[in-house]
Amino acid sequence: MTRFLLIIFFILVPFKAIALIEVDITRGNLSPLPIAVSPLSIDENSRKNFEKILKQKNIASEISSIVENNLKTSGLFNPLNKDAFLQKPEIANLKPRFEDWNLIKAQALITGKVNFVDEKLRVEFRLWDVLAGKEMMALAFTTVPNNWRRVGHIITDKVYERLTGEQGYFDTRIIYVSEEGPKTKRIKKLAIMDQDGANNKFLTLGNELVLTPRFNPSSQMVTYLSYFRNLPRVYLLDVETGMQEVVGDFPGMTFAPRFSPDGKKIIMSFAKDGNSEIYTMDLENRIVEKITNHPSIDTSPSFSPNGKYICFNSDRSGYQQIYIMNSDGSNVKRISFGKGIYGTPVWSPRGDLIAFTKLHKGKFYIGVMRTDGSGERLLTENFYQEAPSWSPNGRVLIFYRETKTDENGDGFSAKLWSIDLTGYNERLVNTPTDGSDPSWSSLLSN
Amino acid sequence: MKLKILKNAFLISLACLALSACATSKKSGQIQSDVYTGSDTVEYLASGVKDRVFFATNESVLTTAARETLRKQAAWLRKNSKITIVLEGHADERGTREYNLALGERRANAAKDYLMTYGISSNRISVLSYGKERPVDSGSNPLAWSKNRRSVSVKAN
Repeated sequence: MTRFLLIIFFILVPFKAIALIEVDITRGNLSPLPIAVSPLSIDENSRKNFEKILKQKNIASEISSIVENNLKTSGLFNPLNKDAFLQKPEIANLKPRFEDWNLIKAQALITGKVNFVDEKLRVEFRLWDVLAGKEMMALAFTTVPNNWRRVGHIITDKVYERLTGEQGYFDTRIIYVSEEGPKTKRIKKLAIMDQDGANNKFLTLGNELVLTPRFNPSSQMVTYLSYFRNLPRVYLLDVETGMQEVVGDFPGMTFAPRFSPDGKKIIMSFAKDGNSEIYTMDLENRIVEKITNHPSIDTSPSFSPNGKYICFNSDRSGYQQIYIMNSDGSNVKRISFGKGIYGTPVWSPRGDLIAFTKLHKGKFYIGVMRTDGSGERLLTENFYQEAPSWSPNGRVLIFYRETKTDENGDGFSAKLWSIDLTGYNERLVNTPTDGSDPSWSSLLSN
Repeated sequence: MKLKILKNAFLISLACLALSACATSKKSGQIQSDVYTGSDTVEYLASGVKDRVFFATNESVLTTAARETLRKQAAWLRKNSKITIVLEGHADERGTREYNLALGERRANAAKDYLMTYGISSNRISVLSYGKERPVDSGSNPLAWSKNRRSVSVKAN
């Protein structure tokens, strides 16, 4: 609960109307923008107070490190080495000497200050255009000290938004399946962590198999598949309270759940007598609707962001392919026609693309296509990878990879990876255990 | 003459080589038309009654061998009328998780349908799909995958 205490922030100086520097996000990370993240300044009294409460030696430089790490991970920015900074943080925040920052080739500069005010954490920061010698943005936040990591993420989101013109994705969390043990007897638990890997927490104990957790796009609710009592069923979990319940009363396996964009319905598959069909259940009035009606396997449904369409996976043509239909199940159309088989379609939060997994000639690919199936682009190839999930701004995909075992059947691992929509900036996402089935939350501060 | 004997001996040894090559390739070649035909992982519900059947990639069609196994299971179930079973359907690791859950369910149901045509009541059979979650062989090769594409009949009581 306290984690989501309102963060109050206000604008210190009105935005300048014209963006002076801009980051072009349509290309890859070919020339990331050089940016200087000057450590936030802090007075000795505040530093000591926060050290007592948070057990962090210097909360101000920790927050700066979070911002720096986030910017670097995005692939669009190149945070410069602090050893080269000439100006002291507290002076830079008042009035940067732009010649000094220009000298080290910084194009943008972040400065700021941390204070302990009425038992609260107050952070102000400014973004400067070094070449033009102008302030681009100034904001201040006040929140409970425990929210300090989130402050770093929110600052990054604001800087990212100002410089790219797009919504950020740093003040977010990832829910995933933590995996341990031998390949033939994996122990799986639900786990949640901040987008940068901090604050990892396990949500189940590993007593039963759990799969495919997915966030509600408008809250911190999660839907997932659990084999509780050997009955594979779709469940609903409130991450904050730990409350959970079975979704619907189906006489068989329900699986592949996702929320509708408004968070009011769950769409999923129900398997009966060897045939899997897609259903929705309204979480308010509990009304269940059957959406598909075909003797083939219909699964992995995902709504378009406006809720009007559904993309899904079906083998009605003989092999797994991607289809779209209206949200009432009418007008089913196949959209994947490339070589190979296609699975796990996920509609982008921007609405223009569908991410998918493809298997062709023994290799697995993560790719994207337009919603009519045209413009297919494969972003990454590997022995095994699947299940992409979009960052809330539709810029980054997170997915999981499994390794090929050796001739003794050893060496298996499952890891989370992320990649930009451009196909650049592929990164291992560190988790304390092996991980799979990641799902990205919406922005917490929205 | 002597030369001819030598030549014959040479031919015989060649034939031996070919035979032994055949024998070894038969031993490792436990897949026929993409379906596992070996017995490495197979367990028995009763003497002569195998517990599992195997499938080709992406398929849920029962092979001749699978039908024979299931007929024996049906006979055993008819004799032991109090026993109920769970059919656990599985897929190999070369597919997406969600599709494999559906595929495992489809395979287990193919086995269930066959048992039912041999007189086993549907309320003695339940179905549980594990998709690719519970491989018996942790290998990443065609033989391991063929062992993992299976439906296993497990005694439930």
